[in-house]
Amino acid sequence: MHTEQAEALSRGPQEQYFAALAKGRFQIQRCAACERHQFFPRTLCVHCGATDLAWTDPAGTGTVYSFSIVRRKPEAGGDYNVALIDLDEGARMMSRVDGVPLERLRIGMPVKARVLLDAAQPLVVFQPVEAA
Amino acid sequence: MMTLESLRGRVAIAGVGHAGLGEAHGYTEMEVLAQAASRAVADAGLTMKDIDGLATCSSSATMWSMPVAEYLGLRPRYIEATMLGGSSFVSHLLPSVMALASGQCNAVLVCYGSTQKTATFGRKEGIKARTLLDPQPFEHPYSPLQPVTSYALAAARHMHQYGTTREQLAEVAVAARAWAALNPEAAMRDPLSIEDVLRSRPVSDPLTVRDCCLVSDGGGAYVMVRADRARQLRQPPVYVLGSATAVWNRQISSMEDLTVTAAAESGKRALAMAGLNVADVDVAELYDAFTINTLLFLEDLGFCKKGEGGAFVQGGGIAPGGRLPVNTNGGGLSCVHPGMYGIFLVIEAVRQLRAQAGERQVAGADIALVHGNGGTLSSQSTAILGGPSTR
Repeated sequence: MHTEQAEALSRGPQEQYFAALAKGRFQIQRCAACERHQFFPRTLCVHCGATDLAWTDPAGTGTVYSFSIVRRKPEAGGDYNVALIDLDEGARMMSRVDGVPLERLRIGMPVKARVLLDAAQPLVVFQPVEAA
Repeated sequence: MMTLESLRGRVAIAGVGHAGLGEAHGYTEMEVLAQAASRAVADAGLTMKDIDGLATCSSSATMWSMPVAEYLGLRPRYIEATMLGGSSFVSHLLPSVMALASGQCNAVLVCYGSTQKTATFGRKEGIKARTLLDPQPFEHPYSPLQPVTSYALAAARHMHQYGTTREQLAEVAVAARAWAALNPEAAMRDPLSIEDVLRSRPVSDPLTVRDCCLVSDGGGAYVMVRADRARQLRQPPVYVLGSATAVWNRQISSMEDLTVTAAAESGKRALAMAGLNVADVDVAELYDAFTINTLLFLEDLGFCKKGEGGAFVQGGGIAPGGRLPVNTNGGGLSCVHPGMYGIFLVIEAVRQLRAQAGERQVAGADIALVHGNGGTLSSQSTAILGGPSTR
């Protein structure tokens, strides 16, 4: 058996997701039965319940569905944003938008994903499409 | 088959009690729970020996019903310990109605206590522990300030989609404060203006600290018996006319539409069981953990159309003298909020329906709608309660 396949079979989807992310690869799941995408990764399709799911590389593009600026003292690192991003594939995820001043962040803003590997843990973040 | 409609009014709330509201220095959460329980049982004209059903849960101890039974000296024939966050003590109503109606037990004690404000292992420590015990690996890495950031995300989306304004959100806190001013038991009774809310410390935009509920200690309890027995007891009976619970998601990132909560489902089902509609409601107790909650629930429960919650509350719409009395004790925003507030919604509705609410009494209140929320807009539980004349 191919090593990658064997590896995939011995781990649940959550561990598979984070293992791929650690290699800089952002993947989401697509259901073979209903053809819809989902995030976060699961052992079954949240839309139809089928269990035949495949990993797919999303386009990485999406829009800001909502966001909040969390207020934090400057000495603790200052204010930061938490955003909900709608991926073009139809799945939603929590993330943040980098590369834009907080006061220019807008709902509906087109954004593109990138994987940060130098954070405490591998992390998908987004930045405005213009700046991508 | 037994129908939900056949259970309408079969069971009544016969006693209520609370303890340790605000700061319960020197007391454990079990002790404030037990004090509230003793008061609720006495209010009903019963003794603890009469209690043979127990409904309770805790935001930290997963096996909480057992130490509660042990502490109170109960040997319950019915135990309900479903933990749905703050809506739990509203959601405990329907299974308790069924247990009483079937004869499984004869008197249910629903009870809660928290010392999250004064305990060494308090609110902050609890939140930290929960990231390990209840991991959310797809949200936690982005450091949302939970639970407030989740509600802020919903508020921001509601503002974007419907043009809801910061001032309209602030109206919810201002109305709660105006009710609290009429309630000697409320923690925050000083006057509060829209400007005060807007100018208070920002926490997670668009919400400021005055958009957020209090952090308090407190215990609450109520006692349920079958309606025929309730009519023989000490207090006027408050009938459980309808009750329903709905859960669609846990995490805010898994919520399909941040402007529509599962209250749209729980409200419909509870009203259907009661055979009533929102026009029949005299007073509403809606879980106001954050100001956006009240707008969302007014809409989802059908008091106004989706997107019109802001206009509904504007100009004192839910304040004393407004179009609908909402959160008449001052709510989680200005009265009390010991981690999970659900039980206090029921207690306040009972007092209103018994006409025992003093200065804040809503004249002629016969039907109350109680709505609990839990998690991060995750669980929604609605109950329709009726005063002595409704059955």
